[in-house]
Amino acid sequence: MAHASSYKPNTAIAKWFDVRLPIMRLMHDQLQDFPTPRNLNYLWTFGGILTFFLVVQLATGIVLAMHYVPHESMAFDSVERIMRDVNWGWLLRYMHSNGASMFFLAVYIHIARGMYYGSYKAPREVLWVLGVFLFLAMMATAFMGYSLVWGQMSFWAVTVITNLFSSLDSIVPGLGTTVVQWIWGGFAVGGPTLTRLFSLHYLLPFVIVGLVILHIWALHVPGNNNPTGIDIKTKSDAVPFHPYYTLKDAYALCLFVILFMGFVFYAPNFLGDPVNYEQADPLQTPPHIVPEWYFLPFYAILRAIPDKLFGVIAFAGSIGLLAFLPWLDTSKVRSTRYRPIYKWFFALFIIVVLALGYLGAKPAEGVYLLFSRIGTALYFGHLLVVLPVLGWFEKPSAMPGSITDDVLGKGSGGSRPSAASASPGRR
Amino acid sequence: MRKFVSPARNLAFGLAGTFLFAAALVVAPPQAVGKADQIKAQSWSFSAPFGMYDRGQLQRGYKVYKQVCAACHGLRLVRFRNLGEPGGPEFSAAAVKALAAEAEVQDGPNDDGEMFTRSGRPSDAFVSPFANVNAARAANNGAYPPDLSVMAKARVGGPDYLYALLTGYKKAPGDMKVGEGMSYNPVFTGGQIAMASPLDADSVEYTDGTPQILENYAKDVSAFLMWTAEPKLEERHKLGFRFMIYLFILAGFLYMAKRRVWARLKH
Repeated sequence: MAHASSYKPNTAIAKWFDVRLPIMRLMHDQLQDFPTPRNLNYLWTFGGILTFFLVVQLATGIVLAMHYVPHESMAFDSVERIMRDVNWGWLLRYMHSNGASMFFLAVYIHIARGMYYGSYKAPREVLWVLGVFLFLAMMATAFMGYSLVWGQMSFWAVTVITNLFSSLDSIVPGLGTTVVQWIWGGFAVGGPTLTRLFSLHYLLPFVIVGLVILHIWALHVPGNNNPTGIDIKTKSDAVPFHPYYTLKDAYALCLFVILFMGFVFYAPNFLGDPVNYEQADPLQTPPHIVPEWYFLPFYAILRAIPDKLFGVIAFAGSIGLLAFLPWLDTSKVRSTRYRPIYKWFFALFIIVVLALGYLGAKPAEGVYLLFSRIGTALYFGHLLVVLPVLGWFEKPSAMPGSITDDVLGKGSGGSRPSAASASPGRR
Repeated sequence: MRKFVSPARNLAFGLAGTFLFAAALVVAPPQAVGKADQIKAQSWSFSAPFGMYDRGQLQRGYKVYKQVCAACHGLRLVRFRNLGEPGGPEFSAAAVKALAAEAEVQDGPNDDGEMFTRSGRPSDAFVSPFANVNAARAANNGAYPPDLSVMAKARVGGPDYLYALLTGYKKAPGDMKVGEGMSYNPVFTGGQIAMASPLDADSVEYTDGTPQILENYAKDVSAFLMWTAEPKLEERHKLGFRFMIYLFILAGFLYMAKRRVWARLKH
């Protein structure tokens, strides 16, 4: 949020820098003094948690890459060598694999929070679209990282997902096949595929870093949304980011790290598929090819559509449509808290996504397939029908006059905040 | 309008949400490879958060592997020195040397350009019984006995699965046709396994007084294979404990600091 800079360079070196590269001023204004709504709940701590996990993944990943061998006949054993012979290798690898899961858990909460409180609505559309790009880049990175283990599930997941491009054959005959062979670097998934997946798995995280910088920049122009969805109007609506939110974020992060480390130390393989501890074998297909848990809802959508090309379109659309949320949602009210009907649709949407996740792990047959289709219809129905239509006639419930009114329990358009709130800047 | 929202309530909701989400994931486990109802959870010394391996059990398990399983199954990721490392069977240095020396390892080329065999050293990996998959299939009626290094992590149920499989051989039900050279075992996918029941009472000699029954052999070798799959489990459990203590104390301090700062505001 644009605000007057309160930075005062005190030392000679700080002054010298301030007229050349005002990085200290940037840090002070954006990370310390940044006016932040005083009513953010713990769901707002996930941005910081996600940044932490990006750093964890980069730090562990860079060291893992020093020991990993991207070769079709050596990759699997090199991972096991990391687990056995590299100092702290088991810790690095379990942190990296479980870190990916925690990253997705956090991002799903982060996205759901944005959807519930309407954080994608004007003037935060660019922030939201950048977030969808980040999500896509994360998915690609996680998929490629999973393939590097070169276990059975790695190999067959790569086979299934890269083969999706062959559906282009039904538009231009031969196009899909050509694209797939270009991706594979051959006529089947093999050594050349693995080396390029490794290369891209190392590249994409830095693209994510770049996108994160843009994402935070786009956040700091309009400033944080908040549970009421009401903009900051007066000084008493906001508190400086530090120490209020640095401490709140740190506390929440610590709790999340406890969950993370609980998995790392006590159930490191709980979230993974056991079949991936078998080395990749191109001649033997596992009975059920299942992606990691964080892809399951989208995998269910992919399999719910009987036609391959349309399945791929639905799969891509289920994620791509999220980028259009700011324009699909016609309601002027940001926070779902004041949308009495939408509240229920939102709950249904969450249940649908969780159910699709469950169904994605089940074989695509019988009742599972039927429910996957119903779930897919409800998923798209929410984005394409409920969001645009509901905004037209839903009557929002009474809203507080300001953030301060909400926090201090004044009715809508209530009187002046009490004196106790008037000095949030005091430190 | 809400009057006052305590941070504790917010926190409780946040945490509950997180754990509900995690619980929802647990509901969708990967497809069982074996028949789940046949796999019963055993009590293992290493499964609890503070669990450690039972040295005696791992040493016995090694013996069972060596005398029975090793005829067909390799452990290519394990090195003899691992047998003496902390957190494993912890054989003495002399014993590790002797166990390694039992193996014939191909080495070379020597100064004449010839490959040669020598007796194993602690730094050598376990030698697999077959040169390659084809040789293994040729010797085993077309079936391939898989390498067991990480098998305890490669099956749903882990060591419970291995135990269930090894003790799961039964007489086939009357209406089932068991193929030539196959055995009936309901724990195995499809119910037919090319491996004949490998363990019988008294087939391996135990010197520590443990009864020489099938259940003990199966349990010991399953524990041993859990160790080959997860040789750093003890280090992980020990470090985890310290890490958790640290994190809980840190969380407590952060919570107090956060409360103190936020107490300046009405919220």
